[in-house]
Amino acid sequence: MLELIRDRAIVRDTYHLRTDTLDGILPEEDVIVSPALLAAERARLDQHQGKLGVWLETSEGPEIIAADLARLDLVVVHFSSFTDGRGHSTARLLRERYGFRGELRAAGDVFKETLHYLSRCGFNAFALRPGESLTHALGGLDVFSEAYQTSVERQSPLFRRRLQNVASEENPL
Amino acid sequence: MYQYDEIDQRIVDERVAQFRDQTRRFLAGELSEDDFRPLRLQNGLYIQRHAPMLRVAIPYGVLASYQLRKLAYIARTYDRGVGHFSTRQNIQFNWPALESVPEILAELATVQMHAIQTSGNCVRNTTTDHFAGVAADELIDPRIYCELIRQWSTFHPEFAFLPRKFKIAVNGALEDRAATWVHDIGLHAVRDDQGEVGFRVIVGGGLGRTPMVGVVVREFLPLAHLLTYLDAILRVYNRYGRRDNKHKARIKILVKAMTPERFQREVEAEWLSLKDGPATVVPEELARIAARMTRPAYATLPDAVPERLQQALEHDKAFRRWHERNVHAHQVAGYASVVLSLKATGSVPGDASADQMDAVAELADRYGFGEIRVSHEQNLILPDVRQADLHDLYRELKALGFATPNIGLLTNIISCPGGDFCSLANARSIPVAQAIQQRFDDLDRLYEIGPLDLNISGCMNACGHHHVGHIGILGVDKHGAEFYQITIGGNQAPARLGRVIGPSLGQEDIPDAIERLIEVYLEARLHEEERFVDVVERLGIEPFKAGVYASQEREVLYA
Ligand code: SF4
Repeated sequence: MLELIRDRAIVRDTYHLRTDTLDGILPEEDVIVSPALLAAERARLDQHQGKLGVWLETSEGPEIIAADLARLDLVVVHFSSFTDGRGHSTARLLRERYGFRGELRAAGDVFKETLHYLSRCGFNAFALRPGESLTHALGGLDVFSEAYQTSVERQSPLFRRRLQNVASEENPL
Repeated sequence: MYQYDEIDQRIVDERVAQFRDQTRRFLAGELSEDDFRPLRLQNGLYIQRHAPMLRVAIPYGVLASYQLRKLAYIARTYDRGVGHFSTRQNIQFNWPALESVPEILAELATVQMHAIQTSGNCVRNTTTDHFAGVAADELIDPRIYCELIRQWSTFHPEFAFLPRKFKIAVNGALEDRAATWVHDIGLHAVRDDQGEVGFRVIVGGGLGRTPMVGVVVREFLPLAHLLTYLDAILRVYNRYGRRDNKHKARIKILVKAMTPERFQREVEAEWLSLKDGPATVVPEELARIAARMTRPAYATLPDAVPERLQQALEHDKAFRRWHERNVHAHQVAGYASVVLSLKATGSVPGDASADQMDAVAELADRYGFGEIRVSHEQNLILPDVRQADLHDLYRELKALGFATPNIGLLTNIISCPGGDFCSLANARSIPVAQAIQQRFDDLDRLYEIGPLDLNISGCMNACGHHHVGHIGILGVDKHGAEFYQITIGGNQAPARLGRVIGPSLGQEDIPDAIERLIEVYLEARLHEEERFVDVVERLGIEPFKAGVYASQEREVLYA
């Protein structure tokens, strides 16, 4: 079983990827399915006891799984290249617009250098590409101690937090 | 200039540390070339023809004298003693060693400078009017909004990997000196009936392979919504812009494919969810930025032309010419802005040596308030000079070779580095610029010809903005040989794209061809006020075409 980073810890991945068919699935296994399989096997998956995840490509927006989000434990966004920024928008939309609170995992061309932006966009789990050290990659989350913009990690942009700092300095309660 | 606080500084310092680590790992073979490329590009580092090229950001073209000295130091220490000011108000170094780039970035950070997002498929350095804050025709000073956008765009987590590069320009004056109609986003700072500041938002302009003039997606966007609206535009682009073909990946292609109406609807729909969210601009932030902007301590001077200036204008003809061309009206009585021409005959347009940079920094301290501007026409500007000092300054500039009185004239050529440096080039541009400058070296003649923008790009990427030159020259590749296509009738503001006059020509034929164009123009103009570009507008390209090609006795190779 593979290891990945989840909430800044290195953990084992319990999920199995099933893209085409649910045949042979164990009742309690944690499973990741494609959006097509999710749509086709809705009834069966409703009865499934294990955890349920869905696998999106960066070309697929969150709209196609919006109706199912309530019953999903995991959304994987697969980057065939780390320079495909569509996945970043997908993540923000899932978190900020659709209110998805489950595991949001970046997979594919994911490595230390990409973690900072991904994490700020709402990914909390990272399945690294083969050959990358997880411990080393963890450092990618702490390269920057501050950021200007509003993000999933820090809703309030720097300019609002600067104001709060000024206010609290002036008015120490 | 905006002065960093502790947090701004920390962000830049952390970037230096990050890039140092990335470079070390690349050199140690731990990061592949494919991984390293996008990462180094986001730090302005290209691998060019001879060596890496490092592009350093000069946010909205404003430099302090100590920053310019640092650039001179870098040119001297890490390069061959030269820097090249680009058409995006940045500076480029053509010869740094890859290993020393982290060191250069660390040096830059000590003077609050960086190379963040000066390349790559991300939001680039925001540009504006090079006379921002000093121009007499200014309605609203755009610099605070530029800084707001600079901070918003710096390491924006969602828009670091766009389909293609993304350029934003802001203008707040009557005349558009920021080429806002040919940017991915152009913003016009304006006031509504109540006097509230907001922006006209233009999207989808651009030069390059498919030149287009942008479309207005919003006539008036209140200032508070600036960042959420930019987020909405960028999100629509990030999600739907083409990624399969880099020549079709700019936002202009998306706007066109979607139609401006639908694009606008998508943006508005997206914006509905972002509007009034945490990124809504608060007045306190604008006040904070304003307080961190250096403001010159202007003296109260009389409005009338100072006696000394009057005298000099009467007695020194060369000075009078220079004053007419290179001095720009200021919004504060008794002051003027002075353009230092980096376009002397035989020079490389936009190049300045380390010694020249030091000299300009010193002039900025002595004649101004220690500030320098970089124009997209690749010249330097001393924004705040007392009118009474203009003649003294002129004499010093003359000694330094910066007083060529050609601003707005034919030899003030905008040129990209072209084939001498750039690995994307089809043809060289610098020798072409130099040959034209030599041909039109006579000042009397230059003045007779009057206002004329001549722009040269070494390839379709149009870094030299050839489409919007009154005369544009584009390097093209024909069976491995360097050729040049000429366009006429382009204009920066209001933006118009030039039209091709005919088959491309060899390098040695270009000065003659320009000469023919000028002859046709001088012949056809109704009076001296009618500029070259006005005549093209009135008569079309036919007479010019005839002038150039009829007299072309040499064999013409057809494109
Ligand atoms: S226009 Fe082409 S040749 Fe010139 S700098 Fe840009 S990419 Fe290079």
